[in-house]
Amino acid sequence: MSGSLQSFFAMGGYAAYVWPAYGVFFTVLLIDWLAPQFRRRRLLRDLRGRMARQNARNERTGRKSTAST
Amino acid sequence: MANWIPLWLHKLSSPPVFYRFAGTLRPWAIALALVLGIVAMYGGLVLAPPDYQQGNDYRIIFIHVPSAWMSLFIYAVMGIAAFIALVWRIKLAEVVAMASAPIGAAFTFITLVTGSLWGARMWGTWWTWDARLTSELVLLFLYLGVIALYHSFEDRRQGARTAGFLALIGVVNVPIVHFSVNWWNTLHQGSTIRLLGPSTIASSMLWPLLTMMAATKFYYFASLFGRVRADLLALESGKDWVRQIAENEVRR
Repeated sequence: MSGSLQSFFAMGGYAAYVWPAYGVFFTVLLIDWLAPQFRRRRLLRDLRGRMARQNARNERTGRKSTAST
Repeated sequence: MANWIPLWLHKLSSPPVFYRFAGTLRPWAIALALVLGIVAMYGGLVLAPPDYQQGNDYRIIFIHVPSAWMSLFIYAVMGIAAFIALVWRIKLAEVVAMASAPIGAAFTFITLVTGSLWGARMWGTWWTWDARLTSELVLLFLYLGVIALYHSFEDRRQGARTAGFLALIGVVNVPIVHFSVNWWNTLHQGSTIRLLGPSTIASSMLWPLLTMMAATKFYYFASLFGRVRADLLALESGKDWVRQIAENEVRR
């Protein structure tokens, strides 16, 4: 069993070519998969920050206007 | 033609509707891609016999050829989307075209690197200015050019239209890549898989190849949906539907 597994990983002497090819395939696609997820999360976080600042500003100006009247 | 089809398409092209639609389909697409990818790899790396000339080195084919097909398929999708964006000025078409570019570039890069790894032993060289290799390299530069042009504009929509124009011009390269092995008789081998007529590849090697092709297609749609969703949020960040999503994600 371990012998056949070893020969599987050896790829008939082409291990140094076959496995890097598969490695590149999965690494590149994994990066492609993760990049937009991080971007989406960052976008929503930034938007929440903007919304919070906007709310705070509205509250402040709101209070000011009630104090002046 | 029944008039509910254009109506449905019109509805689907609205950003909040497409955002939800893509969000529903994306998990299914990636699940199918993973299952098909695992099956294809088992078939290609374990079940298929070694090639009588190339030994086990030929097993690179199961990612090299599907990636090459995707590099052309995605370019075609990008070209069609760019055309729709330029003619009808549909926002979603601009987003689809620009979101396709990085995925296409990824597959083109994989095609070139895996091809290089394959050629290293079988041709005795990592690179040669063969017609197929050169036109595929041009394809990568076209993708990178589209991405760079898109990001060089302050206004995203203006950038998408300008980059879409470049994408449209670059469509000329797609048939060149495809037919290069027939037009110029250089190092890269011709197709062994034909839509018309019998393929010249053993069925034990053909089915993993076709399964991997299906897997990469589903992967593309899953990745595209993810990118389009992020882009739509960025483009419409001032709108209520995006603000609601931002608020709802905090509560979760």
